Amino acid sequence: MKFRTLAVAAALAVIGAGVVAAADEPQVVRQGMMKKMGGAAGALAGIAKGEKPYDAEIVKASLSTMVEVAKTFPDQFPAGSETGHETEASPKIWEAMDDFKAHAAKLGADAGAALADLPADQAAVGAALKTIGADCGGCHEVYRIKK
Amino acid sequence: MALRKFLGGIVLLAAAGAGAFYFITAPQRLPAETWASAGEPDLANGERIFNAGGCASCHAAPGAGEAERLVLAGGLALKSPFGTFHAPNISPDETAGIGGWTLAEFGDAMKRGTGRRGEHLYPAFPYASYARMTVKDIGDLYGYLKTLPKSASVPPGHDLPFPFNMRLLLGGWKFLYLNEAPRVTLADADETVKHGQYLAEGPGHCGECHTPRDVLGGLKTDQWLAGGPNPEGEGRIPDITPVEGKFGDWSAGDIAGYLETGFTPDFDSVGGAMVAVQKNMARLPKEDREAIAAYLKAVPAR
Repeated sequence: MKFRTLAVAAALAVIGAGVVAAADEPQVVRQGMMKKMGGAAGALAGIAKGEKPYDAEIVKASLSTMVEVAKTFPDQFPAGSETGHETEASPKIWEAMDDFKAHAAKLGADAGAALADLPADQAAVGAALKTIGADCGGCHEVYRIKK
Repeated sequence: MALRKFLGGIVLLAAAGAGAFYFITAPQRLPAETWASAGEPDLANGERIFNAGGCASCHAAPGAGEAERLVLAGGLALKSPFGTFHAPNISPDETAGIGGWTLAEFGDAMKRGTGRRGEHLYPAFPYASYARMTVKDIGDLYGYLKTLPKSASVPPGHDLPFPFNMRLLLGGWKFLYLNEAPRVTLADADETVKHGQYLAEGPGHCGECHTPRDVLGGLKTDQWLAGGPNPEGEGRIPDITPVEGKFGDWSAGDIAGYLETGFTPDFDSVGGAMVAVQKNMARLPKEDREAIAAYLKAVPAR
């Protein structure tokens, strides 16, 4: 009885450790960062479409998130992380890392510019989102493979 | 003696068969009167059809940005299981492009895949979809193309191994796959859905990527828009039929919104080859995107 409890606990600990370890894997981290990016875009889109009232704090927070993500996103693509964890990263990332980083930098710059000159109404938020959306698509066009 | 007669008979039969093949599958031209109804080109509509048809996505020079998008110099390489195609120059240059073509010659290319010298064109040029376009839309498009900048560029020819380099065989392909029939039958389709069907199955040529192909490169129309391996190489092209729990969960508004902004309902962003398509969709009038969305909600789920 005691041995069985111990065995189950050990198994759970290993699985738990696996989950925690996976959480640190660059593939998983970068997927999480993209989800955060999507959440920020969604908050801005709600305002741009008039579904949510304009809120300067939300606009500021969303753009800040985007600036943050863009800064550290390319660091999540070390050698050895090309496959695994259902990554949709294209091999082209490692073939053209400079260009990949340039795309992230552009996104950060555009979000940063909007943050510095905060869009003050629904229309301005829409305009900012259009620019940022083009950055999203421009990178995905080359560097993401839909699975 | 009897064997010789027998063999002679086989040869004769083969020759007759080849002759019949050649005759039945010869490149077609539409009757000249067809184009009389095109009338004066409506250039605004021509531009709209140009965007719906995605002409620039293949025919602009490789790497052309927004600024050079309208210079249809050709040269883009399209890899396929049959070899690599290179898009031709379709700028209005009289020597290097199609500036010297008549509307009838342009229309025969678009609707029958027949080239100016009467040759079969390769269906990498999606005339199997464009066949469904109206005379008026083709006339307007041709009028619009003529207003675009000329390019003297001469792109490389296609790079196809034997037997795919034999244009004659395309007659057989067309016999099997070229028609103007609707891809799906939609009972009680309203005007919006019908309009969406025209745009998607005709100039939009969505099925050319979103429908899986058989070994001869023809579309498996019983799996219309069900997605499949990316014909250009890596990854998959999504299923865009209204499957419950998947694309079926998108509302018509979500679809039209995606075509306009590139954002999915959970704010993932468009990627891959669809980016160029979405940019063109964003240039269309709102009603066109809404019509395409209505059509995608109406097609059979696969």
